[in-house]
Amino acid sequence: MSAYSVNEPSGRQKWIAGTLVIAYALITMVPLVWIVATGFKSPADAISYPPKVLFEPTLEGYVNLFTTRTRQTEDYLAANPPQTWYEEIVRQYDMVIVGPSRYGERFLNSIIIGFGSTFLSIFLGVLAAYAFSRFRIPLKDDLLFFILSTRMMPPIAVAIPIFLMYRQLGLSDTHLGMILLYTAVNISLAVWLLKGFIDEIPREYEEAALIDGYTRFQAFYKVVLPQATTGIVATAIFCLIFSWNEYAFAVLLTSGTAQTAPPFIPTIIGVGGQDWPAVAAGATLFLLPVMIFTVALRKHLLRGITFGAVRK
Amino acid sequence: MTDTAIDKIAQRTPARVARKVRGLSDRAIAWLFVGPTIFLLLAINIFPLIWTIYLSFTNFRANRPNREVEWVGLRNYERILTDSDIWLNMQATAHFLFWTIFFQVLIGFALAYLINKKFRGNDLWTTIIVLPMMLSPAVVGNFWTFLYQPQIGLFNYIVAFFIGADPSSFEMIGSVTLAPWAIVIVDTWMWTPFVMLICLAGLRSIPDYIYEAAEIDRASKWRQFWTITVPMVLPFLMLAVLFRGIENFKMFDLVVQLTGGGPGSITELASINLKREAFEKWRTGYSSAYAIILFVTVFGLASIYVKALNKVKER
Repeated sequence: MSAYSVNEPSGRQKWIAGTLVIAYALITMVPLVWIVATGFKSPADAISYPPKVLFEPTLEGYVNLFTTRTRQTEDYLAANPPQTWYEEIVRQYDMVIVGPSRYGERFLNSIIIGFGSTFLSIFLGVLAAYAFSRFRIPLKDDLLFFILSTRMMPPIAVAIPIFLMYRQLGLSDTHLGMILLYTAVNISLAVWLLKGFIDEIPREYEEAALIDGYTRFQAFYKVVLPQATTGIVATAIFCLIFSWNEYAFAVLLTSGTAQTAPPFIPTIIGVGGQDWPAVAAGATLFLLPVMIFTVALRKHLLRGITFGAVRK
Repeated sequence: MTDTAIDKIAQRTPARVARKVRGLSDRAIAWLFVGPTIFLLLAINIFPLIWTIYLSFTNFRANRPNREVEWVGLRNYERILTDSDIWLNMQATAHFLFWTIFFQVLIGFALAYLINKKFRGNDLWTTIIVLPMMLSPAVVGNFWTFLYQPQIGLFNYIVAFFIGADPSSFEMIGSVTLAPWAIVIVDTWMWTPFVMLICLAGLRSIPDYIYEAAEIDRASKWRQFWTITVPMVLPFLMLAVLFRGIENFKMFDLVVQLTGGGPGSITELASINLKREAFEKWRTGYSSAYAIILFVTVFGLASIYVKALNKVKER
């Protein structure tokens, strides 16, 4: 038995656990790797049988993702030699680029709405969670359950009245409208998760601060918030994922100005069906910011999720 | 506990100090903090919900806003509850709900348990495992239709390789028997990490000294697992199941992109059916009633569940 802890797994246990987890991780990565790889394939390679693991990478998918193209006559093509590398890629199919696609705008919409609603959800969520955790609030359990219950409504069910309401207020198909809507959906998750995290911060810390002459608000701001940072970050990541990925409201309530990327990406079509390399390229770029964000905050994400463990 | 320690201390200290200790009234802060959240939810959730309830008693059609709206009483509800097709949708939803939660809890807990063995690099691999749930279900669902293609799809190719069949001999999405499993597989692939993370949090919340005490009492590892690990993780696991349950009852984006409810209506989950009624057939009144029925069902099941969760927590 080891000297420092009876609960420390043996080397053999660690090895077995590690092997199994890594095996699962590798399998679970296959579809994601395939998305990234398909983004760099030519249409012919993408739909070859058997599926190609090794292929000659091309940026065709990305060019198709960002541009709209039309087929041109041979005379026209001969008279206008390609000026850029991306023009050259398109020329293989006797096409010319006529303008940008809508992908860029949709992507920007996703950024604005995702981060906007995450910020708002966390701001409101932390305040509410603190109050629910520390104060005696009449009908506390009912209120908490009410907050949770708003998440049970199928989005489709409220979509019609929200659409009618937004049209009256001038919020339909706007960034602000979508931010408020996503905040309303996220707030239940934010309050519930954050309350759990704040519950686990010992009250003694604040009580000590209060005795030291802090006001309740100062104690919240200077003692509880820093203690809850990891929980807040973890919750923020979950909220961001939700808004970033939301599809049902986006597809039903936005048509142009405020449409986000998820309803747009599946509509990318090429000749004779979906243009898989372009779809994969769009998905890759769409996934990337969240991936980077997650990996950069890896320690915080884990610690945030494991906040229950007080000791190291 | 009626009095917090701080109240007791305040009572025993001189008035001047006590004021400082208490600062702004707790009740004022509490309402200041909770107020905005409640207001937002009332405006964007409850108000539309009440509107939906009203619409459910009418024959309103959103594509004909100028037509006179008739009050039809409970007729919409009656038609839904006696419609046998709706029960088929409910069956599809139940199948999806049960099997996704079953697999996610099983795999999610197992992974969390293994990761908690703290092998080298476990946080890196955890991050990698978490990645699928970062991706938009609509985008993923759309891409999985590519993986599921009988000839060129990677999924079929790999499965065929291991079972020694021809990759074009089965269609995950096109077949009546396989399509319900096709959506279970993708959902499990995506959301197992969610359950895993919450279980991991639960496992790491168990202090070492409990195991140390059990060790002193000479409890076997097997017994420790069932009497310490499982009960301590259970509240976390139940919370994870609650969220997954609610999410999957409302499931729309992933499945609508993956199968569109097909073939026929074999994977037409309640939400997809609802969308069809509301936004394709434009039977707004009818679909409002449908929405209310779904909402009451989830709400009822979830409130029973939360009561059970609170009991487990109190133990």
